Amino acid sequence: MTAAVSQTQSLDSPADTAVVGGGIMGCVVAHRLARAGQRVVLVDRQGLCMAASGVNAGTLSVQIKREELIPYALRGLDLWRTAGDWLGDDLGFREVGGLALAFTDDEAETLTTRMTARADRGAPIEIVGPNRARELEPGLSAAPVLASFCPVDGYAGSYLLGRAMRRALAAAGVRVHEHCAVDRIVPGGSGTDIVTDRGTLRAARVAICGGAWTEALLSQAYGVDIPVTCRVNQVAVTERMPQTVRRVIGAATGLLTLKQAANGTVLIGGGWQGRGDPETGAHDILPENLVGNLRLAAHAVPALRGARVVRAWAGLEGSAPDGLPLAGPVPGRDDAYVLACVRGGFTIGPYIAQLLADRILGRAPEMPLFDPARLVAPDGA
Amino acid sequence: MSGRDFDLLVVGAGPAGAAAALEAAGRGLKVGLVDENAAAGGQVHRAPAHPGLNGTAEGAALRARLAASAVVHLPGRSVWHVAPGFSVSCLSPGGSERLSAPRLVLATGTVERIVPVPGAATPGVIGLAAATILLKAHGTHPAGPTVVAGVGPLVYAVAAGLVGAGAAVAAVADLAAPGDWLRRLPALATRPALLRQGVGWMARIRAARVPILFRHTIVSITGEDRVAAVRLAPVDAGWRPRPDGHRTVTASAVAMGHGLIPATDIAAALGAALRDDADSGSRVPVTDAVQRSSVEGLYLAGDGTGLAGAEAAAQAGRLAGLTAAHDAGALDDATFHRAARPLRRARDRAARVGRAVAAAMAPRPGLLGQVTGDTVVCRCEDVDRAAIEAAAAAGARDVNQLKSATRCGMGPCQGRLCGEVAAGILAACHGVDRGAVGRWTVRPPLRPVPMETLLGDFGYADIPKPTFEPR
Repeated sequence: MTAAVSQTQSLDSPADTAVVGGGIMGCVVAHRLARAGQRVVLVDRQGLCMAASGVNAGTLSVQIKREELIPYALRGLDLWRTAGDWLGDDLGFREVGGLALAFTDDEAETLTTRMTARADRGAPIEIVGPNRARELEPGLSAAPVLASFCPVDGYAGSYLLGRAMRRALAAAGVRVHEHCAVDRIVPGGSGTDIVTDRGTLRAARVAICGGAWTEALLSQAYGVDIPVTCRVNQVAVTERMPQTVRRVIGAATGLLTLKQAANGTVLIGGGWQGRGDPETGAHDILPENLVGNLRLAAHAVPALRGARVVRAWAGLEGSAPDGLPLAGPVPGRDDAYVLACVRGGFTIGPYIAQLLADRILGRAPEMPLFDPARLVAPDGA
Repeated sequence: MSGRDFDLLVVGAGPAGAAAALEAAGRGLKVGLVDENAAAGGQVHRAPAHPGLNGTAEGAALRARLAASAVVHLPGRSVWHVAPGFSVSCLSPGGSERLSAPRLVLATGTVERIVPVPGAATPGVIGLAAATILLKAHGTHPAGPTVVAGVGPLVYAVAAGLVGAGAAVAAVADLAAPGDWLRRLPALATRPALLRQGVGWMARIRAARVPILFRHTIVSITGEDRVAAVRLAPVDAGWRPRPDGHRTVTASAVAMGHGLIPATDIAAALGAALRDDADSGSRVPVTDAVQRSSVEGLYLAGDGTGLAGAEAAAQAGRLAGLTAAHDAGALDDATFHRAARPLRRARDRAARVGRAVAAAMAPRPGLLGQVTGDTVVCRCEDVDRAAIEAAAAAGARDVNQLKSATRCGMGPCQGRLCGEVAAGILAACHGVDRGAVGRWTVRPPLRPVPMETLLGDFGYADIPKPTFEPR
């Protein structure tokens, strides 16, 4: 077969770092390394940012992040504010402020507890009553009993990310190989071979940024077993409609994200699960979960009942057992790094990617990474 | 959502779907037949919507057979999602409904290819299929003189229908040359009824002294709030408009269409294997000799598997119903093979004729030449040819990258109208075949879904609060 012949051929000249995975994390790692003078190659079996990075709901919300991640989210937001400079495109970023809604007394209690903890970590969150919430968002129904308001929450157009990254990486001199599937990664004494269906890439070190596919990559390449759960998040979008919501709307249950883009379409998500399989890459929505998600959206903003849904889709997101990022060296290696499972990765991902790039460059990261070794059982176990 | 269980679900009540449903029900299966229209018949045997109009005799017979059968006919339902195994979510004016069955026949027919030209969005421009619906179901037609243009039998069916209804036809422009049709005569001659129909249309058009321009296409349509003039140009053998010999025709309406594209959304979403189909210039699901797809329990019949015409569709549909009944254990191998043999022969015989017609209207590469840089390709999102070419130059190599870069195909039509044209332009930019720029990812809902209907009445307590993970 021609594929077998071409696999042994060199696909590109040797690099200092090879990045496996062209999602938001891999792209920013590659970008920062190249800007610092490294020779960088990046490989992805699809186009850039075509999986979770490009199909997520585009929510850039600080207040819905876990307490431990709030400081990272705030710095991630700073990167979005300056995306026009470092990325060359702000993807329609808008800092419109966000509300998280509680619909029952129990939810109000949970909301107060969580938001207080997040505010303690530096998130500018204010608990507001239903009337104030409706002042902030006139489209709201009478249903919320309590809300939290975070003025720095916003959104950007995730579907535009791949195009912007392609330009930015080209300008930084990253050699990008899209639609190029990695068959296996072979570490060696004098560098690592990344064998793809289009030839072999050689690099001194490797950064695995494989999203939902990270577990298989780590296991194959380094015999390191870190369980990565695949979440299948659903999103739906309406046709264009007159201005209906101004803010990013969420829920205390975490089951809603909702915002209206500048073009008038309303994006509705909230982590409702579809079905999917990272092995085959196949994924689809579950109709009953779409209906549940849309009902919650219409419960919060009644005018949505008059809209038509034109598209719904799912994206695969990796999640580590403790729900925190994998960001640091591959356990037991000094020539390999991993960055994945950053829940809320659209907001936080670019920042943690910069931290990891600094670590690869031998600089001290500004904030601590999330060492993947914490998830590896002691040897022999 | 209420749930209803069947042994077999059939989507599409045209000749293929109705035949499949009738056959399977006749073999003892509990069959549900889902269709978007109010009455069965599909596009070809569309039922009249008003009293006093005559539909086709075949259509009336088909509706009578269904009414007398055990088939549960579920009209007026728009399918918006199909999950493997199979669970069909559909929407009717009454709300959302979930139907399920271990076996599914898809007989979803075709959509019309309309290759736009400057001014194609002017009010008064409609597709040939839409013109057919106006004539057949509603007994009406566009006002004022109409230019009928494009390729395939529908051009003549619509022009003759207009003439028959007393409407003025300003001109007929056919991309094909007389020779393209003459070459198919031997195949057409095996179906004298079809040939007679074609000759009849032609005679009626000629008798009304309507100019018929072979090897011509529309290159622009002008008019402010209504079509006023249509510019026609001769085309070369590859259907590329020639720079000279243009003429302008005064008209107040245009009916145009450039062939049919098999509707394969549901099959593709279910993961059915596809193949290139030159006759339709698109990709169609693979079927075995007895209409099974590559997905277990999924059967396909009719023009959605490749253009072969109504008669072949009916035979293939019957065969699909028979095969589904056999696979469900309703008849033994010997009975199945005995019953399948004549159906296969009849299907193949009819398909030879249908494919000959399809080949004459197979899209040729020059057809996209009528789409100028400022012609809007995606009307939902207002994307013109120049924007597609710019995205291609900026690195979009497949249709889904094109979609992200331009929003082409992201509007309410979901690329059903513009998708193949946009893909053809992208392929031309990169100098590759249509197949090399990939397939549009099919995203539900298959039709835009009104939230009001989908959500129904509910309170907060009715919304499930799933915990998808420990926090």
